[in-house]
Amino acid sequence: MGERLEQAPRVAESNRVNAGRGRPRSAFALWGLLSAPLAWLLVVYVGSLALLVVSAFFKLDDFTGKPTTDLTGSNLVEAFTQSEYVSLVARSVAVAIAATVICFLLAMPTALYIARLASRRTRRGLVVALILPLWTGYLVKAFALRAVLEPGSEYGEGGFMKNLVGWSPGFGYTAVVLTLAYLWFPYMLLPIYAGLERMPSSLLDASADLGAGSLRTFRLVMLPLLIPSIAAGSIFTFSLSLGDYITVKIVGGTAQLIGNIIERALLAPNQPLAAAFTLWPMLIMVAYLAVMGRAGAFKNL
Amino acid sequence: MQLSPLARLALRLCTYAVIVIVYLPLALIFVLSFNSARSIAWPPVGFSTRWWAGFLEVESARDALFSSTRLAFVAMVIAILLGSMLSFALQRHEFYGKNAISFLAVLPIALPGIVTGVALRNTFVRFGWDLGFLSVVAGHATFCIVVAHNNVIARLRRIAPHLREASADLGATPSQTFRLVTWPLIRSAVAAGGILAFALSFDEVVVTTFTAGAGVQTLPQWILNNFSRPNVLPYVTVMATLVLVVSLPIAWLAQRLGDSNPE
Repeated sequence: MGERLEQAPRVAESNRVNAGRGRPRSAFALWGLLSAPLAWLLVVYVGSLALLVVSAFFKLDDFTGKPTTDLTGSNLVEAFTQSEYVSLVARSVAVAIAATVICFLLAMPTALYIARLASRRTRRGLVVALILPLWTGYLVKAFALRAVLEPGSEYGEGGFMKNLVGWSPGFGYTAVVLTLAYLWFPYMLLPIYAGLERMPSSLLDASADLGAGSLRTFRLVMLPLLIPSIAAGSIFTFSLSLGDYITVKIVGGTAQLIGNIIERALLAPNQPLAAAFTLWPMLIMVAYLAVMGRAGAFKNL
Repeated sequence: MQLSPLARLALRLCTYAVIVIVYLPLALIFVLSFNSARSIAWPPVGFSTRWWAGFLEVESARDALFSSTRLAFVAMVIAILLGSMLSFALQRHEFYGKNAISFLAVLPIALPGIVTGVALRNTFVRFGWDLGFLSVVAGHATFCIVVAHNNVIARLRRIAPHLREASADLGATPSQTFRLVTWPLIRSAVAAGGILAFALSFDEVVVTTFTAGAGVQTLPQWILNNFSRPNVLPYVTVMATLVLVVSLPIAWLAQRLGDSNPE
């Protein structure tokens, strides 16, 4: 079963090998192509990440308040043991998980309809319609959600939701989760849709022939095959939610997440402490990527 | 898949409900930009075009629009160049560490923006580089490379390898083959990647906030700095609508270009 699904990528693989034939494939050409992008990614990006980890150990000069190169563990101890910060991190993770779950719950039926039920003509249109807002501006969308969720106060009237439904969650963690789910939904939809489209109908037909109802087929055939796609989508929804601090500013009211603490430490300015806090999302993401990698997410990125 | 008519209907309704949920807030912003009152409360008080008529006179907004455009353009050019080079290297060559490099390219968008932003800021400050236009460009290019790369490599994978072999057999030099065979096949994908990189840069705010010094304010930063100021709020709504109205058709065009069949 798994074998069959692997076939399509393998064909592509063999094309890629063939693609090298018939031309000089010198190391010279390769390095010509690779040097600039690699230098950028390695020196500018990976170099910065490494330096960030190191600077979490730097000590602030007591007198000037500037980071020195003297080493100390106190930033890390502060960032990783103070209960205030640990609970803030736990809350951030909970928010990121909640947003990811909402994205999945919305993306699963939508992708199922588009990939398996919609006609070929409408399929393309629906996918594009749902992906387009991804490119229309994060801030524009967060601001739009503020207009929807505005609970109203003694200074002004309530927003769209308050007036139409008569209720709004107001600005706080609920609003943050809803807004994050709204922002990152396409990242979950796209891989699930692609996974469903690749899935051979014969598997689903076989399951039905063997007497499974549609729910059973979904649970026992479709869902297991979709796990790599869901994992791939969740990397984006989780990571983007985890590091977010702008949404919190716009619809969060008094809510605080990891990002806000990092920003506060940076503006203090306490660069080393900010670097130490940044290790939290870095480590959480490394762990998350490792788990999702085992679920096969990287084949679908 | 065999589904009861009821289940089909439920899935269909769910899909259309999601589309409504996605577009409703955007439509709301559009409507509110014509609100005669200085508020984002519902319902609007009356129809007025005065915020649209006046927004270009708000100097900070105009400057922000200009610097965002300039920034996104430069980031796009770098992303197209580096992203395409990376795609050719990864698609046409086999070498040790190839998977690590593909992973490296995705990393700037897989890690939270705040990590990228703080890391770059930290580096720039430590080496004494001024935070300003160039540092923001460096930050943006880093996460835009992957968008251009994804588009170009997807296209390269779809091009039949025998086209280039045929060209070589007919006596074309590698540069002629590139100019006459490969380039015409990939240019729409390069354009699509470029547009998406532009859009991504135009829209980014987290990395921008950390890599921009006091002198640079992009449009998203302007929105962020002004959404809670009642006096400027209507202009924020106009700017947000403007971004929507411009970016939706452009993103649609990019999708079309990226999907177009080159052969």
